[in-house]
Amino acid sequence: MSLPPIVASLTRHKLTVLLLVLQVTCTFAIVCNVVFMIAGRTSQLRQPSGLAEDELVLITSVGIDASTPPLARHDEDLNALRAIAGVRAATAVDTLPFNHNDWSNGIATSSDDNRGAQRVSASAFNGTPGELATLGLHLAEGRDFLSSEYVPEDVAHGWQGISRVPTTIVTRALAEQLFPGQSALGRDIYASGKHPTRIVGIVDHLLRPSLRGAGSSEYAMLFPMLPDDNEVTYVLRTAPSERTRVLKEATAVLNRLDGSRILRSPQSFAQLRDDYFRRDHTMIGLLLAAAVGLLLVTAVGIAGLASFWVQQRRRSIGIRRAVGATRRDILHYVQLENFLIVGAGIALGAALAYGLNLQLMKHYELPQLPLYYLPLGALAIWLLGQLSVLGPALRAAAVPPVVATRSN
Amino acid sequence: MFGYYFDLALRSLKRNRVLTALMVLAIGLGIGASMTMITVLHVMSGDPLPGRSGQLFYPHLDPRPLDNGEDKDAASRPDPSANLSWPDASALLHAHRAQREAAMAGGNLLVRPQRQDLRPFFQNGHYVSSDFFAMFGTPFRAGAGWSRDDDDQHARVVVLNGELARKLFGQASALGQTVRLGDNDFRVVGVLDDWHPLPLFYADATGHAFGKEDGFFLPLASAIELKFDSNGNMSCWGSSSDNRNSDQCTWLQYWAQLPDATQARAYRDFLADYWRQQQAHGRFPRPVDARLYGLMAWLDHMQLVPGDVRLQLWLALGFLGVCIVNIVGLLLAKFLRRSSEVSVRRALGARRRDIFLQFGMESAVIGLAGGALGLVLAQLGLYSVRQRPDDYAQLAQMDVPMLAGTFALAVLASVLAGLLPAWRACNVAPALQLKAA
Repeated sequence: MSLPPIVASLTRHKLTVLLLVLQVTCTFAIVCNVVFMIAGRTSQLRQPSGLAEDELVLITSVGIDASTPPLARHDEDLNALRAIAGVRAATAVDTLPFNHNDWSNGIATSSDDNRGAQRVSASAFNGTPGELATLGLHLAEGRDFLSSEYVPEDVAHGWQGISRVPTTIVTRALAEQLFPGQSALGRDIYASGKHPTRIVGIVDHLLRPSLRGAGSSEYAMLFPMLPDDNEVTYVLRTAPSERTRVLKEATAVLNRLDGSRILRSPQSFAQLRDDYFRRDHTMIGLLLAAAVGLLLVTAVGIAGLASFWVQQRRRSIGIRRAVGATRRDILHYVQLENFLIVGAGIALGAALAYGLNLQLMKHYELPQLPLYYLPLGALAIWLLGQLSVLGPALRAAAVPPVVATRSN
Repeated sequence: MFGYYFDLALRSLKRNRVLTALMVLAIGLGIGASMTMITVLHVMSGDPLPGRSGQLFYPHLDPRPLDNGEDKDAASRPDPSANLSWPDASALLHAHRAQREAAMAGGNLLVRPQRQDLRPFFQNGHYVSSDFFAMFGTPFRAGAGWSRDDDDQHARVVVLNGELARKLFGQASALGQTVRLGDNDFRVVGVLDDWHPLPLFYADATGHAFGKEDGFFLPLASAIELKFDSNGNMSCWGSSSDNRNSDQCTWLQYWAQLPDATQARAYRDFLADYWRQQQAHGRFPRPVDARLYGLMAWLDHMQLVPGDVRLQLWLALGFLGVCIVNIVGLLLAKFLRRSSEVSVRRALGARRRDIFLQFGMESAVIGLAGGALGLVLAQLGLYSVRQRPDDYAQLAQMDVPMLAGTFALAVLASVLAGLLPAWRACNVAPALQLKAA
């Protein structure tokens, strides 16, 4: 089959062809970017937090009775919680991944940082002894905190206590950022002024309470500081099947110890994670719907246009059949025609896809569209075009030669 | 003639039932998706204080050291220079260069009701200085705000919003009553009439701009004295001990009422002077860049509309665009196939405009049907938006202008889509086509 006649015939419908090419262009460009966004969001959903997510339940307690010091009450609460059947470990923490409660500090690697040295913003996690084990964080190097390292109870905690923290455990991501290519273990970091804090351990993963872009989502560190606020989150580790029961008992135990407190959001860690990503789930659904909708509309457009053309050309098809063209020739003609139109759309669409991607990178901090999306997308659109044109093409092939002898 | 063309259009559309249905569906989907997102954006970017917003301005100062906050995730972090420190805010308050001005911060306090049947609960509110009420024109149901003297004396007074007043005191008057917030008693001096501007423009932008209502307003100076915690973003640098009073921690919002452009200019000059004056004292190391944002410009600057929502709008509009191109192509092919019919009509004396009208009618019928479907789909779309967990979700309602807008968009889209094919059709030459036929 030679191309010139097909191209010549297409030039007779310039406007219609142009519109179809335009449609394929837009569809290809948008769908490529949408699929890319879906892939990005999905990989974000799957980011490991570093915690034993399936075994954790949590409950936030807000003390409203100012007479008991918070630290003493946390001890009492924790002892009672550990006594619940099925609880393997318990800890009191000030924040967790996905709970939005972010306390970030600028970290420097030298003490004379105030002039020039680059500070890295990292989230701090405070908790009672045993936090590492309860959360299920995997210690890759070094050790857990010693009980002597915890900031004494009579010293101010939080912001005021940060200059008293002797040691810290950091994530691998933070260690690499602070000391690229070197071992971070045993090195000093400076969270506040001239007071050094020594790195005694490195954990594989720990996500910050709120995710950040550009690879900094794991810039996190643990401090040997007790949460001394009135508001504290108790985390209990248990078997996945026991989570509901343990949570219910924990609520009862805490209420029995201090009835005037306010308990907030008793939930499993899995629920916390789902809540954090609920918007992304919606967005993924919408993106999917948009991609499917676009492809459907384009398929309808291709099929509809092709069937009009076939009806319009019944007579010329009949003539071609009468002078010797086989059914197969007619079928291939229509298919090749579609292949050319869609191909033109894909060529333009590839350029548009990159244009759209540039805009998205500028306004939505999206990474660059990987090159392999284009051939894959092109293949998919070509297939879609061939499928949509198949019906009209078969109808065209079925036009009998005798049509040539009739006038309309 | 009109009725006849309408009849012709219906007949022609009936000939290709499936294709007609698909065209109506495509345009309906495109319009439904677009209108859903336009409505969401419309309610989210509304003016919170119509008639007053033109006079309200937000000052921008930046006391940070030169090397602060330029690391690589700065873009994903709240901007520390969006807020003011307490020393700067009180300097502006005492200079009193605007007609009215107030500093403020959000807070979440424990309310201990006197009623025995109510357990203590946490309530959102704001710590504000005295001009807040007059500046924003808050509607009082009873009583009034407090004076600048009360600010200076750290008075223990509070203004309740309608809902909290009802919750605490039922139908009885709350004026003069005592409310226990945290561990301190406050005397109720005013009750607001359920005041809830949308978005909550005066709050810290990292909070819930479309969510929870403020239940109480109490003097900022009292809150600082009592060391009440504040909501929202607090950014500090250097090594500061007492961070609420520190001039190295920004956490306060600030609004000024400036009735005309001359005063706004004067206020901006005053801010620049203040910046230079502070530089003379060794603060504000950055080059002078004093700015004054109008209310709507400030909302835009703080990007209260989430990126996802804007992305959804672009997606919906892109979808609508593809649908329209699709319809244009299909109608064009359909009309041109009837070239012979057109040329017969033209040969029999029909003018171009008659042909144009005939085919324009066919496009319009598809457009109207698509628009009606789009309207239904937009309502469904808004219903699903309201099911989302986002704090703006509850606002996603279509008002009358949006309803009319939907229909106008639908008709416009389809008429535009039909114009080109109809115009091509009416340009069919009579004689040539007759010969071919």
